[in-house]
Amino acid sequence: MIWCSAFWPTRYSTSSWRIDLESTLFGRGLKPLAVATTVLLATTLALVFFYAPNDADQGFIQKIFYIHVPLAIVALFGFVAAGVMGAMHLRTRDDSWDARSYVAIHMGVIFGVAVLATGAIWAKGSWGKWWVWDEPTLVSFLIVFLLYVTYYPLRYSIEDPQRRARYASVFAITAGAFVPINFIAVRLAENLVHPRVLNQTAGDMPGEMRLTFLVALAGIALLYVTLMKLELTSKNARRQLRRLRMLLEDERTGGAAPPPVATVPAKPV
Amino acid sequence: MPALPLDEGGKYVAGAYGVFVTLLLVYVSIMGMKLQRIEREIQELIELAQRRLKEHG
Repeated sequence: MIWCSAFWPTRYSTSSWRIDLESTLFGRGLKPLAVATTVLLATTLALVFFYAPNDADQGFIQKIFYIHVPLAIVALFGFVAAGVMGAMHLRTRDDSWDARSYVAIHMGVIFGVAVLATGAIWAKGSWGKWWVWDEPTLVSFLIVFLLYVTYYPLRYSIEDPQRRARYASVFAITAGAFVPINFIAVRLAENLVHPRVLNQTAGDMPGEMRLTFLVALAGIALLYVTLMKLELTSKNARRQLRRLRMLLEDERTGGAAPPPVATVPAKPV
Repeated sequence: MPALPLDEGGKYVAGAYGVFVTLLLVYVSIMGMKLQRIEREIQELIELAQRRLKEHG
């Protein structure tokens, strides 16, 4: 639909192209989503530093919790979601599901880097060490993170796009299933150092802390969705541009006639 | 471990939030560069299309 004017240039002015292309670049609903994310993250920061009380045990350093834990939760949910999207790709053979799965893992890995960095800083302040190997939560997250880092070489070592998408989907499903198993295994482990914040009694957090944590979780989740949408929109625009360039070049050199507009899918890579 | 005093714990909190903001800024910068490249390509395609319009009269 967006590229109609490219195939029948006499019907549309250059300015109408600009409007259509802008809507492709920014994606439908991306701007309000970005605004909502910014507002929610600003609210989170205000609650963290001006509303939530200092922790009785750890003091001010516990404020790291409001960024570290939501990042970890969202990253892990993102990995599981990527598995579901991979399953959707295998079921429907729709490449857009593969793209969503890839971007979900990509964002999860970026969030994972933030989790490891903020966790290391918190550990240094609280325990005096950047990393401890006898803490199941830390090590299990590192294992999950490293597992997903191997997704990139797997994906980009396969040249055939169809096979690449298929193998990547299988990886996403398998690794996605591993995430909750890993989570349960850690919960069953003994000698836990990390406090549980999402147990059946909502942890031992007082109301102000719990509210701040939930707002932070919502903010980080919205950030994940916004960045994912931004990445998908960018990939989609690049793919459409490549297609448009090929069509324009093809028509100029007297090649095959461009396909009907309806056959040009507005799907990301 | 006993709670760290504010002046001690503050630098760790600033560091953690700083890392988060830095990562976010790096990502947004990379996306910004990608969008600039897309805009350049769009400009090229618009010029190509304008040339085509002139050719078709």
